[in-house]
Amino acid sequence: MTIAFESLAERLQQTMQKIKGKGKVSEADVKEMAREVRLALLEADVNFKVVKQFVNRVKERAVGQEVMKSLTPGQQVIKVVNEELTALMGSEESKIETAPKPPTVIMMVGLQGAGKTTTTAKLANYLRKKKNRTPMLVAADIYRPAAIDQLNTLGKQLDMPVYSEGTDVSPVDIVKRGVEKAKEEHHDTVILDTAGRLHVDENLMDELKEMKASVNPDEILLVVDAMTGQDAVNVAEQFNELLEISGVVLTKLDGDTRGGAALSIRAVTEKPIKFAGMGEKIDQLEPFHPERMASRILGMGDVLSLIEKAQTNVDEEKAKELEAKLRNADLTFDDFLEQIDQVKSMGPLEDLLGMLPGANKMKGMKNMQVDDSQIGKVEAIVRSMTKQEKNEPKIINASRKRRIAKGSGTTVQDVNKLLKQFEDMKKMMKQMTSQMGGKAGKRKGKGGMQFPFMK
Amino acid sequence: MSFFKKLKDRVTNQTDSVTTKFKDGLQKTRDSFSEKMNTLAAKYRTVDEDFFEELEELLISADVGVNTVMELVDELREIAKLENVKNSADILPVISEKLTEKLDFTGDDSKLSMNADGMTVILFVGVNGVGKTTTIGKLAHHFKEQDKKVVLAAGDTFRAGAIEQLGVWGDRVGVDVIKQAEGSDPAAVMYDAIHAAKSRSADVLLCDTAGRLQNKVNLMKELEKVKRVIQREVPSAPHEVLLVLDATTGQNAMAQAKQFKEATDVSGIVLTKLDGTAKGGIVLAIRNELDIPVKFVGLGEKVDDLQPFDAEQFTYGLFQTLAEEK
Ligand SMILES: Nc1nc2c(ncn2[C@@H]2O[C@H](COP(=O)(O)OP(=O)(O)OP(=O)(O)O)[C@@H](O)[C@H]2O)c(=O)[nH]1
Ligand SMILES: Nc1nc2c(ncn2[C@@H]2O[C@H](COP(=O)(O)OP(=O)(O)OP(=O)(O)O)[C@@H](O)[C@H]2O)c(=O)[nH]1
Ligand SMILES: [Mg+2]
Ligand SMILES: [Mg+2]
Repeated sequence: MTIAFESLAERLQQTMQKIKGKGKVSEADVKEMAREVRLALLEADVNFKVVKQFVNRVKERAVGQEVMKSLTPGQQVIKVVNEELTALMGSEESKIETAPKPPTVIMMVGLQGAGKTTTTAKLANYLRKKKNRTPMLVAADIYRPAAIDQLNTLGKQLDMPVYSEGTDVSPVDIVKRGVEKAKEEHHDTVILDTAGRLHVDENLMDELKEMKASVNPDEILLVVDAMTGQDAVNVAEQFNELLEISGVVLTKLDGDTRGGAALSIRAVTEKPIKFAGMGEKIDQLEPFHPERMASRILGMGDVLSLIEKAQTNVDEEKAKELEAKLRNADLTFDDFLEQIDQVKSMGPLEDLLGMLPGANKMKGMKNMQVDDSQIGKVEAIVRSMTKQEKNEPKIINASRKRRIAKGSGTTVQDVNKLLKQFEDMKKMMKQMTSQMGGKAGKRKGKGGMQFPFMK
Repeated sequence: MSFFKKLKDRVTNQTDSVTTKFKDGLQKTRDSFSEKMNTLAAKYRTVDEDFFEELEELLISADVGVNTVMELVDELREIAKLENVKNSADILPVISEKLTEKLDFTGDDSKLSMNADGMTVILFVGVNGVGKTTTIGKLAHHFKEQDKKVVLAAGDTFRAGAIEQLGVWGDRVGVDVIKQAEGSDPAAVMYDAIHAAKSRSADVLLCDTAGRLQNKVNLMKELEKVKRVIQREVPSAPHEVLLVLDATTGQNAMAQAKQFKEATDVSGIVLTKLDGTAKGGIVLAIRNELDIPVKFVGLGEKVDDLQPFDAEQFTYGLFQTLAEEK
């Protein structure tokens, strides 16, 4: 199972070694590559039928291609795969419809435990914050124990009204009166939380159809757990056929699943995946980025997501700059300080690293915890460096070390430790980011990598 | 196939009342899988690459781990080559045999280990939304029917409405729930619950925990702490650590099993939501690689929708049509 999580980039690299130097990608080469692509996608939980179609398309495109000078054959296949995958994933569409006559009605549907109730609250929060809307929530799950309490609690956290009528009233009536109430109170958006149900449960699916008929939602969002396996196609197909969904929300993407279900759902419904759930808290909802999902499914690391997260409030230009630095590993201590500030404001480092599939495989990553007192020390040391020292740590000799230690109220050992860890970190960044470009060669057996502020 | 015959005999000899429910729940699983096996054999006269590919897909569509499937099919390819098998009818018995060898649960015991002298403590762990709290409600009912005194511990202090949810289950089943306010320390709740349960002379204490993804280091540490507190208060406890897995989950369930096992030494699995169309085949791979047995299956949202996992029935269910043809 450990090899299962080798990235496609690495696998193709190995398969491809053989055909390096040949002028053309032959049919036999392609067959071998196709097998690797197929395995990688199946391991990522992409539905096997979808995989089949996909691999055939890649095969067609790859056979007979000239091997480009600038790319290895392996990289060339990755390029084709990535392009095809990105095309299949579609473009970014995190728009939520607006009703010509308010309120806009959004209905959340899906299997049990997928994350509908949580996403209802997250979406309301998102729409209020980013789109200036004034949402009201409606508790239409009368079946699950304490479902209404759950939504009420979330409503309180958000300071947002929740409409409910208890559990003895038909959900069809609840949503009808809920929407009326929203209209009366001039809410421009109303989000309906419905009970989880199996796609094959006829009675409960009929109930959803009735709800749809009675309030005519502007959006019907299917909420799907990103860890779903082969069954995702059945679920998506059925919900879409019976309700004609308008989009999908993929939840629990903060986990380490490859999330191939995303591809399966796109392929069978052709509906956009609009949002991604990135945690349990109400602000952990993000617009879905199809191109990033493509590289995640292939296991090539979501470096872009990581960078964006680190740069939420910084402009695009800076994000690109940092990415380039990460790639080339010419990170300086100034970037590093900036990062520490961000790490502090971003919350758990483990969340960030979770986004890099390679990271959780590395030794030492597992026991990572940020130690605040260590961060303080690190900051002090870096602040005691001169500009030149920060940019060129190599020049820090023994006497400079003593000066820095003194200036920061630390010891020379502390300074040494930080310098060493900083070098290690640069190396690791280089390893991780190089996976993106498919250049991941054999990983150096360096093992346990420690951020300077880890315990 | 003597294996199937034996299996079939044993299963048919068991009382129907116990098994109908489980079988009904598995009906969809069984039908689709075995139907496909047969179509596969009928469709391919010759054993060639297409045949093996389709066999792979058949198993993969049941979410059996990719590695398990690939290994298995590679072995079959080898056998077919060595013995020069050309006709698909000739290879079917070999397939069944190999599958059975790999996926055989026989010998697994679905019984929970109970504390012989004193209170039995069972800890529930798993990722978000898989069915931990619901399973606790169902299991409380199961024990109550055996005239045991049951107490529940509301160890999920994080998720909105989690404490109320367990409270509703407690009322429904008629058992006490020990809880603290939302946001309090789950380890402290466990400490309280153990003492409260002891003073009420409970036979069984079922401990709910918040759902957590296995890659969240801090949350996994928190869970280890919860377990340590239980261990400290009752040295032989927890008597079971049950990992709840959602049958709709794909390959990630393996990572879940690995990480939760490492953190809490999982002793058994509850496979929920088998009443849908998902097949939960990944438990076969988990059983193979990590040797964690399945103890219960969840077949719905109602209080009696929990059944002990019956290994033979599960295997038989998957291959029923095949077995009946022999
Ligand atoms: N880590 C993580 N957990 C999530 C995410 N979204 C939801 N959850 C968790 O998943 C579990 C189920 O979420 P709910 O919102 O209750 O799911 P639901 O679909 O409303 O469930 P039912 O109403 O029972 O069908 C809870 O523990 C949530 O906190 C996410 O994006 N990431
Ligand atoms: N169809 C079906 N639904 C189930 C089954 N078991 C649980 N559920 C449903 O799945 C949803 C989630 O169940 P919970 O018991 O809240 O799951 P949990 O693991 O405690 O969730 P968190 O505490 O949020 O992590 C609820 O809607 C349950 O009714 C099952 O066997 N079949
Ligand atoms: Mg809900
Ligand atoms: Mg729960």
